Amino acid sequence: MAQHVLLIEDEPNIAEAIRFLLTRDGLRVSHAAEGAAALVLLRQDPPDLVILDHMLPGMSGLEVLTAVRADPESRNLPVMMLTARGRDREMAEAAGADRFMTKPFSNAEIIAEVRTMLGQPRQAP
Amino acid sequence: MPFNLLVLACFLYVAFLFTVAFLVERRADRRRLGWLRSPLVYTLSLSIYCTAWTFYGAVGYAARSGLEFLTIYFGPTLVFVGWWWLLRKLVRIGRQHHVTSVADLISSRYGKSNTLGVIVTMLAVVAATPYIALQLQSVVLSFGVFASAAPDGSRPLEAGQIAVWVAVGLALFTILFGTRNLDAREQHHGIVTAIAVEAVVKLVALLAVGSFVVWGIAGGVADVIARIDAADLAAWQVQPGRWTGLILLSAAAVITLPRMFQVMVVENEDEGHLARASWAFPLYLLGMSLFIVPIAVVGLERMPAGANPDMFVLTLPLAEGQAALAMLAFLGGFSSATSMVIVESIALATMISNHVMIPLWLRLRPGAAEEDDLRSVVLMARRLAIAAVLALGYGYYQLSGGSAALASIGLIAFLGVAQVLPAMLGGIFWRGATRTGAILGLVTGLTVWAYTSFLPSFGPGAVLPETVFADGLFGLGWLRPHALFGTQAMDPIIHALFWSMALNVLAFCLGSLFTFPGPVERLQGAAFVNIFEGAVGPQRWARGRAEPEALLGMAQRILGEETALSLFQSAARAQGKEVFLPDPTPAFLDQLEARLSGSVGAATAHAMISQLVGRATVTVEDLMAVASESAQILEYSARLEAREAELTRTAGALREANEKLTQLSLQKDAFLSQISHELRTPMTSIRAFSEILTEGDLPAEAVMRYGRIIHDEAKRLTRLLDDLLDLSVLENGAVQLNLGLASLQGMIDTALTAARQTRPDRDFQVVRDLPAEAIYLRTDADRLTQVFINLISNARKYCDAPRAELRIVVLQRSGRVTVDFIDNGKGIPKESQALIFEKFARLTDANRAGGAGLGLAICREIMTNLGGSVAYLPGQRGAAFRVTVPLRLERLAA
Amino acid sequence: MRRPKRPLFLARAPYRRRRLRDAARLLPVLGAFLLLLPLLWTPGSRMALTSGDVVYFFSVWLVLIVLAAAFAPGLRGGEGADDEED
Repeated sequence: MAQHVLLIEDEPNIAEAIRFLLTRDGLRVSHAAEGAAALVLLRQDPPDLVILDHMLPGMSGLEVLTAVRADPESRNLPVMMLTARGRDREMAEAAGADRFMTKPFSNAEIIAEVRTMLGQPRQAP
Repeated sequence: MPFNLLVLACFLYVAFLFTVAFLVERRADRRRLGWLRSPLVYTLSLSIYCTAWTFYGAVGYAARSGLEFLTIYFGPTLVFVGWWWLLRKLVRIGRQHHVTSVADLISSRYGKSNTLGVIVTMLAVVAATPYIALQLQSVVLSFGVFASAAPDGSRPLEAGQIAVWVAVGLALFTILFGTRNLDAREQHHGIVTAIAVEAVVKLVALLAVGSFVVWGIAGGVADVIARIDAADLAAWQVQPGRWTGLILLSAAAVITLPRMFQVMVVENEDEGHLARASWAFPLYLLGMSLFIVPIAVVGLERMPAGANPDMFVLTLPLAEGQAALAMLAFLGGFSSATSMVIVESIALATMISNHVMIPLWLRLRPGAAEEDDLRSVVLMARRLAIAAVLALGYGYYQLSGGSAALASIGLIAFLGVAQVLPAMLGGIFWRGATRTGAILGLVTGLTVWAYTSFLPSFGPGAVLPETVFADGLFGLGWLRPHALFGTQAMDPIIHALFWSMALNVLAFCLGSLFTFPGPVERLQGAAFVNIFEGAVGPQRWARGRAEPEALLGMAQRILGEETALSLFQSAARAQGKEVFLPDPTPAFLDQLEARLSGSVGAATAHAMISQLVGRATVTVEDLMAVASESAQILEYSARLEAREAELTRTAGALREANEKLTQLSLQKDAFLSQISHELRTPMTSIRAFSEILTEGDLPAEAVMRYGRIIHDEAKRLTRLLDDLLDLSVLENGAVQLNLGLASLQGMIDTALTAARQTRPDRDFQVVRDLPAEAIYLRTDADRLTQVFINLISNARKYCDAPRAELRIVVLQRSGRVTVDFIDNGKGIPKESQALIFEKFARLTDANRAGGAGLGLAICREIMTNLGGSVAYLPGQRGAAFRVTVPLRLERLAA
Repeated sequence: MRRPKRPLFLARAPYRRRRLRDAARLLPVLGAFLLLLPLLWTPGSRMALTSGDVVYFFSVWLVLIVLAAAFAPGLRGGEGADDEED
């Protein structure tokens, strides 16, 4: 069965791009536009990987991450954080993000990162 | 004359007064009073001194007691020609301390004591009620004269019914024009002008009747003089005590009568008007009394023996077949009665509401000062009080059965209100006068007056049993009401005058000499007595702990939003602050208290501010410290004050600048990463989709869709860059303005349509005032519309109320237009209000997404360029922004 | 309290104005005197109402009004801090 990625991103266009890339790569992608909905989704349909935007309306990305890490179910879930600002890196890592990507990223880059995190061998496109 | 015609004439006349009052109020609203604020109108309005009692009664008085009626006019004449000595001081105090009534003056002078306010109010109401009844009676009697003269002898209306209708009509008029608004200075231009018109009517009426009598009936001046010498009146003998006493009494009454105080002090627009009134008002009185003696003499000669001399002014012309003249005289008498009742009931209603009803309300509901809409409470209290005063007057009329006993009530009422005189004069000339002294004096005077004059006026056996008259209270001979301490030889009214005033003054002086005044009392005493020496230094408030926002809320509920806001804004500016809220400094609290006391009276205003400030009024020790300092400082005070004011301003400005700097430096990093974020977000989509597209191998609709996304994001990027560029151009002042005439309504329409794109899903109620928006501005319409769009979009975006509503309020004044955008969300917290106009300053922490946060910064720059401003308006419940634009923006020479 | 900088002597115009104020303050006293005077004329403190009395009182009244009218314009100006001083 295809591995499951939860994408939490409020910019609809960015979300669509990432979803397209990952789906094309054979992954199942579910999407939430803000933190509270994402946490519900996380419990209903546990993913293998979370891609989390740093800047969200309502709960910020860091708050979502803290909530994810607080729950024993998802304590070890791999999380990749996206940000558009450089200095957020330390804060994200302190909160427990495994990987960190700065916008804008190249498509190949993000796919490679996701594969690494899911423990799959790199496929040639 | 048909009776119905008479009723019709009355109606027409009252309708005419309504129109006058209405037109004047409209002009007052537009601040175009012009000649309506002239000394002439002021002088004419003073003529409410002449009531129906003087209009009809003076002739009767002359017929019965010869020249004695003149004393009633001589007293006021002496007071007015001596205006420089007394009235000027009274008026100056009234203006500076926003005094609303006699009761307020006394209460304010003696430490803002409400007890005193209540005593004076009570006294005024008790003394005025019979007087109002007297006016109703005079109207009923004059109707009666016409009715009995009607050929068919039919009486369409009973006396009681007439009185009811007159009372109801007067209440309606007074409520309509007397409680329209709660002006900071309690002025009623419409009513004052209507009173002035009535003054002219009654003077013309009396002069016309007099001229008719002298030249129409008698054979000119010489003949009248001969008739006077031949008349029975010669039998009248002057009593020196009564002559002197009545002059003194009427002199006292003209200052202390509630209605006189109302027109003389409260409604006074300009101290200079007093100079004109000092001779013009006595001249008016002279005109009113010029023909009294001839009318009386000729009337006694001509009329049948049993005729009531009080009605000669009406019956003489009627008997001579001069119906039109009689009608004029009737209207004159009607004017005298109505104008007196209107002003008296306003004056009494102000006292009752400020000193009795509102304090009670505040005591019963301790939180009321912060919650209720006090404006409407006060106005409602006034309306009820007016109705109550008139109902009292009517009730008294019914009880007394319109008896002849009423005729003597005029002097008794004079004597009643004259009891205020010692406390009033002592208050403005003697710093040693104390609250206890004033209370003792007033209560003593009131008691003696009631016992020797007021209660006996109902007749032996009515209120006081006959045994009291014969043997004194408790059978003590020296307590007989008309012979206190065995003084039997005196005329009753002079007896009452002598004893009530003597004991009043004695109690007042002894009470003042043996008590020690409280701090507020001493301050007020110094402020009143030394009114001409400029502001007395020490302030009434120590630095308070009040939240300026709470103070603003309270002020808005009393003064109204606009007035309160502009008061606070100017105070803030004087402290060197740019926001709306000033610091609650002692000086500011003083200023605020003075303004509030203009609406609700000194005692209530003081109590309400104390409630918010906590116990922060000065103590005696503070006072002593300030006093000894001020003795040394006085010589340098002018210089020091100026320097201190400047220091305060600078300190305020510095503090504000520092606050802003700290906040800004905290935001410096956020600012940079914010730009980075705003640029990177669209870039991310563009980069991802363009890479996808270059890989090819996609269905055609996907290509189209991704192409559009790239296009949209590129546009977003451009917009952001435009905004940044726009801002920098605006900030450098290098902007090109496109000036032209444009309709404000059109601009708001455009802005509302454009802003609908923001959260189009939202159901948003917009409340507008289209007539107010019908203004043409000379400005840059596109730029101004841009500001409107921004503010409306913000409301759509951030207003969190479940049923979102946006009010757009337009006001025009003195060459500027303000447009307020007020939503019903939860507003912007106080600490953020100074920041929202900064670049990228978005509310809450920077991690919340939304617009770029440049909107308000751009708005501010645009408004600066348009010669106006945009500011956050605190105290509106929701978020509120005020845009101020000049009506005509002239192109500045660059 | 000491009052700073008050001149001991005044120039002619302010001096005149102050005397005018004095006169204005005395006007009610003059009026009271004139209006009470008739009480002393007739023996036994009795005054009959004759045309002479009527004319006298109205004349006094008119004189007071004329004097007040004459003083009033001069008094209005010169509102200074030392208004109340002589």
